[in-house]
Amino acid sequence: MPEYRWPEMSKRRVMGKRISRLDGVEKASGRAKYSSDLNKPGMLHGATLVCPYAHARVKSIDVSEAEKHPGVKGVHVVAPAGTEIQWAHWEVAFVAAETELAARDALKKIRVEYEVLPHVVHEADLKKVQDRAKAAGEQIEGDPDQALKEAAWVSEGFYGIPVLEHSCLEPHGNVVSWTPDNKIELNPSTQAVTSIRGDMARAVNVPVANVHVHQDHIGGGFGSKFQPDRWGVAAAELSKKAGGRPVKLFLERPVEQVIAGCRPSAYARIKLGASKDGKIILWESQSWATGGFTGGGSPPIPYVYTRIPNQRKNHWAVSTNTAPIRAWRAPNHPQASYLTCAAMEDLAAKMKLDPLELFLKNVDLTARPDTYERQLKKAAEMAEWKKLWHPRGESGKGHLKRGLGIGVCTWGGAGHDSTARCNIHPDGTVEVELGSQDLGTGTRTVIAQVAAESLGLNVNDIRVKIGDTNYPPSGTSGGSTTVGGVSTSTRKATLNALAKLFEEVAPALGAPATELEAVDGKIQVKGNPAKSLSWKAACAKLGVKTISETGQNIPRDAPKEGLNTGGVGGVQIADVTVDVETGIVKMNRLVAVQDCGTIINPKTAESQVYGACIMSICGALMEERVMDAITGRMLNNDLEFYKLAGIKDIGEILVHLEIDEANDRRGVIGLGEPPVIGGIAAIANAVANAIGVRVPLVPMTPMNVLNTLSGRMS
Amino acid sequence: MQTPLVAINCERSGGSHCIAASAGEGRGIAVSRHPDSELKQPQDNRRGVSRRGLLQSIGVTTAVGPALLEETAQAQTPAGVVGPGAVPITLTINGKPAKVSVEPRETLLDVLRNKLDLTGAKRVCDRGTCGACSVLVNGKVMYACTILAIDAQGKQITTIEGFALSGGKPHPVVTAFVNNDAQQCGYCTPGFVVAAKAFLDRNPNPTYEQVQEGLGGNLCRCGTYMGIRKAVLEAAKAMKGGTNA
Repeated sequence: MPEYRWPEMSKRRVMGKRISRLDGVEKASGRAKYSSDLNKPGMLHGATLVCPYAHARVKSIDVSEAEKHPGVKGVHVVAPAGTEIQWAHWEVAFVAAETELAARDALKKIRVEYEVLPHVVHEADLKKVQDRAKAAGEQIEGDPDQALKEAAWVSEGFYGIPVLEHSCLEPHGNVVSWTPDNKIELNPSTQAVTSIRGDMARAVNVPVANVHVHQDHIGGGFGSKFQPDRWGVAAAELSKKAGGRPVKLFLERPVEQVIAGCRPSAYARIKLGASKDGKIILWESQSWATGGFTGGGSPPIPYVYTRIPNQRKNHWAVSTNTAPIRAWRAPNHPQASYLTCAAMEDLAAKMKLDPLELFLKNVDLTARPDTYERQLKKAAEMAEWKKLWHPRGESGKGHLKRGLGIGVCTWGGAGHDSTARCNIHPDGTVEVELGSQDLGTGTRTVIAQVAAESLGLNVNDIRVKIGDTNYPPSGTSGGSTTVGGVSTSTRKATLNALAKLFEEVAPALGAPATELEAVDGKIQVKGNPAKSLSWKAACAKLGVKTISETGQNIPRDAPKEGLNTGGVGGVQIADVTVDVETGIVKMNRLVAVQDCGTIINPKTAESQVYGACIMSICGALMEERVMDAITGRMLNNDLEFYKLAGIKDIGEILVHLEIDEANDRRGVIGLGEPPVIGGIAAIANAVANAIGVRVPLVPMTPMNVLNTLSGRMS
Repeated sequence: MQTPLVAINCERSGGSHCIAASAGEGRGIAVSRHPDSELKQPQDNRRGVSRRGLLQSIGVTTAVGPALLEETAQAQTPAGVVGPGAVPITLTINGKPAKVSVEPRETLLDVLRNKLDLTGAKRVCDRGTCGACSVLVNGKVMYACTILAIDAQGKQITTIEGFALSGGKPHPVVTAFVNNDAQQCGYCTPGFVVAAKAFLDRNPNPTYEQVQEGLGGNLCRCGTYMGIRKAVLEAAKAMKGGTNA
């Protein structure tokens, strides 16, 4: 069996290099075809009818006029009479027609009678939702009552963070055909090429083997694109109805923003207690969150500083008549980080202690004291903490107040189950095939780098083939598990294939196969370039044979193999300026220090951290689902009033990835999620540091900042 | 004396984009957010109006309006008015004539994507906010989702396909985006590349601050702005010898 371990850092030729993403030109030139770009022969267009009420019962539905509408090839009802609808924008019916406009026109001819029922869409005030709140039961550690008595310092605060919408730029949907021979061709927008096949097959009761999935690119997922969804299944049904013509059905933006993914809110009243010497000894929290009608959403608090000896926690899951949550890049972690770090900085302010000192003094309450100590110090140095930090509110005269704040993160990120296949052809071409997907993280590129490293070739010598169920199964891209999974399976597949090639060329080089190595485009006797064959000449020895070998990452075996692992920490420090007259918060700088394991491509890895920081800025200052109490509908289900940061809203972002030998020995660790966690906490704390009071509600919009300053919110 | 912070997170600047159904033609609503533009009208008149509703209200000047959707109305259509059914038109796209049958209510974006298979421009917000559908109309960057296809007749329309990879060679803006990893999922990227090209055509040697103003009309969800800032400065250098990179 080949030695799979990664080569030493200093000996890597391709891994660890800042290679530009391989599909970069294709994407930036508009040539890349996303599933939503497909125009197939005979393709029909789908449209979605949704319910305008947040809670209602369908009394009757009449689609006869819609079916007669010119161009319509099918109407599929998913909310028949009797259906109890639990959130606005619940799907009621789908239409497929020759054109998108005909399909939309036909929707207007569907007659639905509803019995409108009472709804609850707000959860910020727990008192007002009592009957919709389900208590999770009290959790106690240590003796919180005694700790309260002993604490020299106690601080109390209320903190809230709203529901956010995924807002993937490519909406959810697919192109799908279900032909009369009972075969399904599916082009989804998915984070789960391999598993969506079985999910679709089950949903429409077709053998899995009859379903073929292909996707070249996905326009954003962030945790919301794993399932075929009601609209995907409906599109398949409509295709069947239309004799197998492909149906393209992607959600329109106003629907996409409501039902295609949101993350849970989190609200909490938190009491923290510290001993005279600044050790945190008490955590008490009453927290609640909504994950939509079906509940869900429970932030893991206290976060990172989990080992506070005395804790009393109560949590309520609030069911609202709003669309269900989906996983969002580090589910529940950004909320937990915000709740914990905000409470910690409020405690420090009460103690008149530098919060950096409080975070440092208590690192033994974390699972990685050394990591957080090192990262806190590094982040403070990069953020010029010593020079720029001041006690809370002491930001000088004038209406522009500058402040700094801290946020922390932790994540797993070990690789998922993944199988790769490496084909080496007699003409020297190399294919690496996986049923994986590139979310824009650079998965294609890291696969090519690992393969090239293993085979002694360059990235351009490797044909990476992903996004198709004809390739070996690979896990879903969630939980930052992709890079660990695909790099390990690719490493093993390519080395297994190389071992076969060595056997084929050993006689020609007059050495045993075990004595050969692949270096710089050659197969040679170890350490002896004089006894070598070019890659092409070596492959020619295969005659008409193609080598095809697989390699697998099995998560339970991964720790002992050492190719990938999980468990990281990170620290972020924000530097903001707040205009106390207008309430506007401006980002000066966001510093991110991140633990990362083996980095295959520093360029795309940094992009992950930049992107995560920017997503944090959006969440801290702009993003918020606004629900209307009366109609029960989302008011800002567009991209104009559901605000995202633009290019000039982000200030400067400084990233420090801890790339070094010690970290590298831990193997590959996913990086998509950890850096998105601490930013909101850091920015919220920086705002409090700047203006002298805590803005309890995120996002820190001008309204929330001014309300806080005028005492209208506390 | 401190100057107040501008409301960056309340109202994005809109960058270089013109938002107009018939910009500069003295008809309908023409809205521009760019300080250099000859069209200076407040954008507030778009508030509370759905994009399609807006387009339809513009369409009133050609005497259609709500009846647009009804096929039966066709018989009563006054002379000189197109629609409401599909009509053949010719668009000039990337320097070539394209004959296509469109309904008067169809946006240029939907015609490009659904009927001409030019899918580099993406449909994201579909109401003139995000810039993913950016195209050049007579050299100016515009949101294709805010232009009716029939209004685009007689104009030079350039899509990303028209310049990004001519003869297999990437445009300097494309190269700079790749070099600086100014993309992740890539769905917003063609729109950014179009906007960046239009911006650099007008501002060949921009400063860092000008890049941020000029590209303010596009949104990215993955968060690729750091790379985009560098990419636009690098492209300026490559194209015109910009000196601020």
